[in-house]
Amino acid sequence: MKIMHITSPIESETIEELTAGAQVLISGIIYVARDAAHQRLIQALDKEEKLPFDPNGQTIYYMGPSPAKPGQAIGSAGPTTSSRMDIYTPRLIAAGIKAMIGKGNRSPAVKEAIKKYKAIYFAAIGGAGALLAKSIKQAEVIAYEDLGTEAILRLKVDNFPAIVANDIYGGDLFEQGKAKYQRSG
Amino acid sequence: MREIKASSIFQAVAQLCQQANFELGEDVIAALKRAQQAEESPLGREVLSQLFKNARIAKQERLPLCQDCGTAVVFLEIGQDVHITGGDLYDAVAEGVRQGYTEGYLRNSIVSQPFSARVNTNDNTPPVIHTEIVPGDQLKITVMPKGGGAENMTRLAILKPGEGQKGIIDLVITTVDEAGGKPCPPLIVGLGIGGTAEAAMLLAKKALLRPVAKPNPDPETAELEAEILARINNLGIGPLGFGGRTTALAVHAEVMPTHIASLPVAINLQCHSARYKEAIL
Repeated sequence: MKIMHITSPIESETIEELTAGAQVLISGIIYVARDAAHQRLIQALDKEEKLPFDPNGQTIYYMGPSPAKPGQAIGSAGPTTSSRMDIYTPRLIAAGIKAMIGKGNRSPAVKEAIKKYKAIYFAAIGGAGALLAKSIKQAEVIAYEDLGTEAILRLKVDNFPAIVANDIYGGDLFEQGKAKYQRSG
Repeated sequence: MREIKASSIFQAVAQLCQQANFELGEDVIAALKRAQQAEESPLGREVLSQLFKNARIAKQERLPLCQDCGTAVVFLEIGQDVHITGGDLYDAVAEGVRQGYTEGYLRNSIVSQPFSARVNTNDNTPPVIHTEIVPGDQLKITVMPKGGGAENMTRLAILKPGEGQKGIIDLVITTVDEAGGKPCPPLIVGLGIGGTAEAAMLLAKKALLRPVAKPNPDPETAELEAEILARINNLGIGPLGFGGRTTALAVHAEVMPTHIASLPVAINLQCHSARYKEAIL
C-alpha cells in the first residue's frame, strides 16, 4: 500500500486527497492535548479568551506522554482514546482545528463537524508508545504546565505514522474495516 | 513463622513496576504471533508487526511499552505463616510504586478528588491493593499496571438466573462490540461469573493474570470461553479497531458459586499491552 507523506499544519488540498484507510506519515508541528487541557480550552472559548496557541489549521494529538529520560525528546507517546474528547471536538473544529490524531472511533457529531469544516481524523497505533516516540523530535510545554502529563505540548514530528480514520466524504475506517471482516455467528 | 522485611517488599514492588512496564510477557507475544499468522487483514497484520517492534524497543531501551503506565494494581498472596517486620505492609507497597514509577520514568496517571479538582498525586500512588491470605510461609506479589482505556470499558451486570449462558454471551458480545477500537484490541477478556457484585469483579480482574489463552481447567467453563472467543472474533473489529479477524486473543472466565436469585457477570477488558509481573519472597 502506498504511504503518503504529509505536512502539518495540513493544507485543505491535502485533506481533500485523504480517504479513510490511507496510511500517512506526518511531519511538521502538532499540538498535544487530552482531557484536562480540552476542558480548559473550552473554558477559554466560553470566556472568549485567546487560546494558548492559534488553532487555525492546526493538528491536535490526544496524548499524555511518559516522562522523558535524560537525552530523550519525550517518553513513550502513543494515542489515548479519542471519544473522551468528542464533547469538545466540534467546538474546536469550528474554532479552526483541522486535524486530530487519537485512537478509537468518534461520535456522529464529530464526524458531522469533520465533513462540515473539512477536517480530518487520524488513528495512530494505541499501545505503541515506545515506537511512536521515535518520530517525535522535539517537545515543548506551551500551556497548562500544572497539568503535568496533561499539559499542552508543541511537538515537532518527523514521519509520524497514522491512518486516516474519518475523512471529509464521510468515510470511516472503523465501520468499513469491521464490515469487511465480520462474519455471522 | 517466617519473617519478611517490609523493605524487601518495597524493593520487589519497585522492580516489578518497571519490569511490567518495559517487558511484554512471552505468553502475550506468542499469542500476538499466532494472531498475526491467522489475521486476514493486511492492515491488521501490519499493526501487529508494529506492536512487536514496539515491544522490542521497550525492552531494549527500558521505555514504557505504552505511555499509559496504568493504575498500579497489586495482588498480595500472603502465607498465613508470614510475619511482616520493619514497617507497614501497605506503606511498603505504596513506597515501591512511588520509587518504581519515579525512577523508571513511568507516567503518573493517578488523580485525587476524582469528581472535582482531579489533582495528579505525581507519584502514581495510591496503588490498588488486593490481599489474600493463603497457606504457607511465602509472599507472592503481582504488579499489574492497568491502563485506563481498557479499564473504562468494564461492565458489571447481575443477570436473572434464567438468562443463563446465552445471557452471558450476549452481554460480553455487546460490551466488546460497543468498545470497538477504544480499549486497544486485540484484547484479553476477563470474565467473573457468580459470587456477589464485588466478588465477580475481582474474579474478572484476576482472570487476566492467567497465562494468555490457557483455558479454564473446568471443561464446561473452557467451552464457554472458546465459544465467546469465536463470537468476539466474528465481530470483525480487528487490531486497534481497523477491521480484522483478531479482536480478542483470549477469553478467561473464572467462576464461583452465587445466590439462588442472581447470576452476576463482570467483564474486565485488558488491552494488547497485557502487563503483569510477579515475584515470590
